[in-house]
Amino acid sequence: MSTMLEVEDLSVSFPTRTGMIEAVRGISFSLGRERLGIVGESGSGKSQTGRAIMGLTPPNALISADRLEFDGIDLLNAPPQLRRDLRGNRIAMILQDPKYSLNPVMSIGRQIVETLRTHEDVGKAEARDRALAMLEAVQIRDSRRVYDLYPHEVSGGMGQRAMIAMMLIAGPELLIADEPTSALDVTVQLDILGILDRLVRERGMGLIFISHDLRLVSSFCDRVIVMYAGRIVEELPATELANAEHPYTRGLLNCMPEIGVGRHPLPVLDRRPEWAL
Amino acid sequence: MSIGRFLIIVATTYLGLLAVTFFIGRVIPIDPVLAIVGDRAPAYVVERTREELGLNLPYWQQFLLYVKGVFQGDFGRSVLTTNPVMEDIRRVFPATVELATLGTLIGALIGVPLGVLAAVKRGSVIDQIVRVIGLIGYSVPIFWLGLLALLVFYARLRWTAGPGRIDVVFEYTFTPITGFYLLDSVLRRDWAAFRDIFAHIVLPASLLGYFSLAYISRMTRSFMLNELSQEYIVAARAKGLSETRIIWAHALRNAAVPLVTVIALSYAGLLEGSVLTETVFAWPGLGLYITDSLQNADMNAVLGGTIVIGSVFIGINLFADLLYRTLDPRTRNA
Amino acid sequence: MSLATMTRRDWLLSERPQSRMQARLGRTYVTWRRFSVNRLALAGLAIILALLVVAALADVISPYSPVIGDLRGSRLLPPGPEHWLGTDGQGRDILSRLIHGSRLTLFVVVLVAIIAAPVGLLVGTVAGYAGGWTDAILMRMTDIFLAFPKLILALAFVAALGPGIENAVLAIAITSWPPYARIARAETMTVRNSDYIAAVRLMGASPLRIVILHIMPLCISSLIVRVTLDMAGIILTAAGLGFLGLGAQPPLPEWGAMIADGRRFILDQWWVAAAPGFAILIVSLGFNLLGDGLRDALDPRGGGQ
Repeated sequence: MSTMLEVEDLSVSFPTRTGMIEAVRGISFSLGRERLGIVGESGSGKSQTGRAIMGLTPPNALISADRLEFDGIDLLNAPPQLRRDLRGNRIAMILQDPKYSLNPVMSIGRQIVETLRTHEDVGKAEARDRALAMLEAVQIRDSRRVYDLYPHEVSGGMGQRAMIAMMLIAGPELLIADEPTSALDVTVQLDILGILDRLVRERGMGLIFISHDLRLVSSFCDRVIVMYAGRIVEELPATELANAEHPYTRGLLNCMPEIGVGRHPLPVLDRRPEWAL
Repeated sequence: MSIGRFLIIVATTYLGLLAVTFFIGRVIPIDPVLAIVGDRAPAYVVERTREELGLNLPYWQQFLLYVKGVFQGDFGRSVLTTNPVMEDIRRVFPATVELATLGTLIGALIGVPLGVLAAVKRGSVIDQIVRVIGLIGYSVPIFWLGLLALLVFYARLRWTAGPGRIDVVFEYTFTPITGFYLLDSVLRRDWAAFRDIFAHIVLPASLLGYFSLAYISRMTRSFMLNELSQEYIVAARAKGLSETRIIWAHALRNAAVPLVTVIALSYAGLLEGSVLTETVFAWPGLGLYITDSLQNADMNAVLGGTIVIGSVFIGINLFADLLYRTLDPRTRNA
Repeated sequence: MSLATMTRRDWLLSERPQSRMQARLGRTYVTWRRFSVNRLALAGLAIILALLVVAALADVISPYSPVIGDLRGSRLLPPGPEHWLGTDGQGRDILSRLIHGSRLTLFVVVLVAIIAAPVGLLVGTVAGYAGGWTDAILMRMTDIFLAFPKLILALAFVAALGPGIENAVLAIAITSWPPYARIARAETMTVRNSDYIAAVRLMGASPLRIVILHIMPLCISSLIVRVTLDMAGIILTAAGLGFLGLGAQPPLPEWGAMIADGRRFILDQWWVAAAPGFAILIVSLGFNLLGDGLRDALDPRGGGQ
């Protein structure tokens, strides 16, 4: 398996009035054409890791890394123009809530076409056809109708499908999915995951799946990274999750309810300061 | 919002406007008749005038008559010019509209881009400039700035023409068509007149433009800051769009929704501000007409002018509301 | 920093205040710290304090009489060592008139604020707390007033009431309460259904008591910010009325009227009109800076920052 993404000692920090906030503190991992899950609580730095790879960190943030390479391209020293060409084209990202991440005053079709025409020199008619095909690929049946709808006119599940269509239409090789199902109804979550699963498999993409839901990640990914306070505390194959060693990972696992098992007292997640060191 | 509710709002607002002007014109003054005939008139004249004006009727009947009159375009006669007030207003209003329109154009065309740049480059020199323009615009008396502008640009530098709308030389050669002189001079291909009219309007229009700009740029900045912090901007970046496209096609397009209201309010504000500006620049518009009438206690003219400006206010608000609906798909079929 | 100030600071910032007084002082201190890092806001505060001092000491510090001038010897003198800002058409010292005019400016803003703000507060809290028809009618009235051209309406009011500074104040107050009603209503709506209001209601408090003692105090801080931000507008409107001859009457040294007075001499003796306009600019700027600073200090989330 060839390595697509190489991350070595990545740190992201934000200067504030009260001092530096270190969101990500020296993490390293590499990714081939596989599904990697990043799990952690809010504030563990998992989202900032994804955004640093995309190059979407806020301008006041300080990023450093020994290596941050995508397909041999040094991302940290790449000119902004090159990074922009990568985004949407070779690396794409799906955000959490389609209610906020789709432009409310632009029709869904136009938003999808916009990605395509930014990266490929295609005519209007062809772009429209390919957008419609993409909408069908995310299992939207009446794609022609949805094409002209505005984001507020569709349900959350439909919106997230549109989001996936918008991000995958230019055929990226790496997809970062940042909590792609957390804002959706449970019943819709599985549909969306199914669509993602199929597209990633069919197109042979690499996937970074960022979530707070350890079970979900473990059932969906090949490998899991557990983050705590900006660091990786454990990295293991998804199948080995039951044998996780780090107490934090075990704690996360323990928080999952199980049918038929008494849960008194309810377990509480242990957070020790020494894990953050 | 349904059409019915919409109409109720318009109707009650308009009725409120008429009630307030009625109150000002008929209830507050101790004796409106005295204001018309003077205090030396013999008693039978006072009595006759009172009956002619319907002032012996109870207030509610007076109000109904008043509303009826307004809807027929009858604001009574001006004591000062002896013309029906409506006729006077029709004559002077285009001058005010021309000035306010030009001012708003200047304000919007410069203010919006300036506000966008200030938001995008937060803390930069442009941001500071917008801040200072805004602070001064909110703090300076417009009539004073107008006087100083006349002193500097007309009296000292001779860059612009002085007070008034057109030079006396053109009074007899130039015949207006629409009442909007800039437009009329173009229609008549009278370039000498156009140059003179432009030289007259440029100073007051720039002044109004400055106030409009101060307001519009400040609001644009804050709307843009709000839009730029939204998630769909992150998504647009993740799509690989250029910053230019993200700012102007995505963020500004969303900010345009509330901006429409701001620009409409600014336009209404300039119409109202004409009372002070027109006085300074001797601009023969509705503002000057109202202040002249005020100075001569010509209440019919004052209230007529107030009602016209109030109606335009209501109209502009409605227009902004409708435009808001067309710009924001969420209000269309939600 | 000495030990004494350290402990006083700690006492103020204590997480567990021992008394209401301590909690209140602590909160004020935190707000003040946020306010005082904003240099522009401090400048605004300094301007307003200076205005207050000048107005209080007007009789002592003004070098000449504001109303009686020397018509023979000192008409329209340019600024110089005798008269720092020159003299006007009636030989009166402009600086002295400006100093006394500060009293009129304060008179107007304070009076408008204490008439309009309570009216708006009452209308807004009653509408917000009562809901239903009361709310609908009161808010419709408010919206109607909001849709009016304020300045023109104020003009018409003064025209009917007769010119004069008291009538100008009344006219401005009548046209400026609606935004306060809006704010007070919005604040009331957010707390109306909260648990502690329900608790007070369960203890048998009358609606009047709830509105006055429990809801109105919560609206005060946003109202203060809004009133401060409106002060500049009030000053400008009052000056505009004065400029049109509808505000303070001669020989009162009202700044707007002074500009109107200086208009005749603008070409040759520009300082007669320039000085009062500059005074209006500075004071309005002071209120705007102060208002911006207060807004940011009291509500660190919102605002233009």
